[in-house]
Amino acid sequence: MEQATLRFVIQLGIIGLTFFMLINASALLVLAERKIMGFMQQRYGPYLVGPHGLLQPLADILKLLFKEELRPKGADKWLFTLAPIVSVTAAFAAFAAVPWGAETTFFGLLDTPVKLGVADVNVAVLVVFAITSMGVYGIVLAGWSSNSKYSLLGGLRSSAQMISYELAYATALASVIMLAGSLSLRSVVDAQAGYWFGFIPRWYLFLQPIGFIIYVIAGVAETNRAPFDFPEAEQELVAGYNTEYSSVRFALFPQAEYINMTTMSAVATDLYLGGWHGPLLERWGLGWVWFLMKVGLILFAYIWVRWTVPRYRYDQLMQFGWKWLFPASVLNLIATAGFILYFDA
Amino acid sequence: MIPLGHYLVVSAILFAIGTAGVFLRRNLITILLSIEIMLNAVNLSFVAFGRSHGTVDGQIITFFVMTVAAAEAAVGLAIVIALFRHRESLNPDAFTSLKW
Amino acid sequence: MPDTVLFYVFSAVAVGASLLVIGQRNPMYSIMLLIASFGALSALYIQLDAPFVAMAQIIVYAGAIMVLFLFVVMLLNAPHEDAAQWDRAHPLRHPGVTRFGALLATLLTVQLVWALLRMSDAGAAVGARGDVSELTSVRSLGRVLFTDYMFAFEATSVLILVAMVGAVVLAARQEQR
Repeated sequence: MEQATLRFVIQLGIIGLTFFMLINASALLVLAERKIMGFMQQRYGPYLVGPHGLLQPLADILKLLFKEELRPKGADKWLFTLAPIVSVTAAFAAFAAVPWGAETTFFGLLDTPVKLGVADVNVAVLVVFAITSMGVYGIVLAGWSSNSKYSLLGGLRSSAQMISYELAYATALASVIMLAGSLSLRSVVDAQAGYWFGFIPRWYLFLQPIGFIIYVIAGVAETNRAPFDFPEAEQELVAGYNTEYSSVRFALFPQAEYINMTTMSAVATDLYLGGWHGPLLERWGLGWVWFLMKVGLILFAYIWVRWTVPRYRYDQLMQFGWKWLFPASVLNLIATAGFILYFDA
Repeated sequence: MIPLGHYLVVSAILFAIGTAGVFLRRNLITILLSIEIMLNAVNLSFVAFGRSHGTVDGQIITFFVMTVAAAEAAVGLAIVIALFRHRESLNPDAFTSLKW
Repeated sequence: MPDTVLFYVFSAVAVGASLLVIGQRNPMYSIMLLIASFGALSALYIQLDAPFVAMAQIIVYAGAIMVLFLFVVMLLNAPHEDAAQWDRAHPLRHPGVTRFGALLATLLTVQLVWALLRMSDAGAAVGARGDVSELTSVRSLGRVLFTDYMFAFEATSVLILVAMVGAVVLAARQEQR
């Protein structure tokens, strides 16, 4: 097979593999959440279906697929179905700009190396931000089109929260971009290669510790995860914006949430934890294993935080976002700018 | 390669659609949306001209247009809310008489 | 060749969605269609080697301004263009008038197209001049923005502040006197 078609086929394969891995990630996260929650509460999680409960997500999905597809009578016909579609599409599409591995020639199969990642965009940071901000529409439309007061309240609160935390998120991003000097995620990761003094990796986590904390907090709030999940809290709002949904349309909402979590973790890994750089494994082209491990670590932290801390009340949540997190991120930006000017002048 | 004229034609069509919307629709929200269509049409022609001259100025002017459009949408919607509170209607013809 | 096909597809989506925007009775549908139109325009910007403007279009227009519109429509809870009793005899409800308006809009299009195409370089390919890497780089955008257009930048920031304060003041509920 000639090089051009081989390259095309391999790139198609990479896209398919990324999509497949994202779907697997959402399924595994369903199981991981319940198992980790179980172990933290000193009980086993699901363990009956398959070895150690590994087939539990399959059982969950089958159950959801066989449920009845309901649509409330007053619900808007188009928007009710459009909302979960928008949520899930935005979640998957945002991962398209995230690189997850270094360039590789597949052990000499290709002449020129191909980059591991769906697309290498030179404004990748902005693309991820833009598409995740489109995910707000899924929630707002779900809340509105369900024609129910719990849904509307949940949808409005959730989208207001997501928009508020986008500011701190973007400002934390801007600080890292200033350090790296480029908007392309691949360049940001490559700027973190190498070591200081031979053993401390050059991650931006060490240069921007406060920025990392701000980014993770804003990421948790963006994905509507605890402790910021008041809009979908079971105790307060029935189920918030997805109260009236059932079966497949319902299944798409948690899937979108898990994929958003994965995308946030992947972007955090690329920006602050050095992406796919790490000792030893890169020599054999296995940098993506480091990437997977780091993303897994952040996802574990997500689940850990959810079952450890109590939930914020909605007004406390909004106050925190506007009065504490956003000013902190702006100060971080100014401090980073000062630091860069001082040391590179 | 696409000639510059094609982009300008698209921009002109969008601008005319926006103008028609402002004049023919009797709903304040739709009128504001039509104004946004017009601003977008102008943005498109700015970027197209900037690209055809080979400079970056077209994109810069587009920023400013976007920012002004955001500010105008915010204030316009605040006015719509204030108006709605008084007459419970989004129809501009409900506000034609001077009695408040 | 694929460039031209993509251009026609995105232009058709943008124009079609805009036509539907002004034709819908329900403002919620208008807003969603307008978001689709903005997405198509963003794709056209990418074709014009302006990726930053394309992403700014999605972030600012489709992601922020349209959400603002959506909130206002939802909070006002007036999702339909109400034809009040006194309004049924409005001249614009007459189908003939709307058709005449559409004719005038077509006339405007024809005039604008005629005026724009009379330019000398309307037939030149739009990607011919200029170094692409200079145009797409955000660095050069920033450099020009903060040197040549510095005053406009500062004025715009004051404008946003004024708009924020104005929106809060205008939409605030008046206390009972």
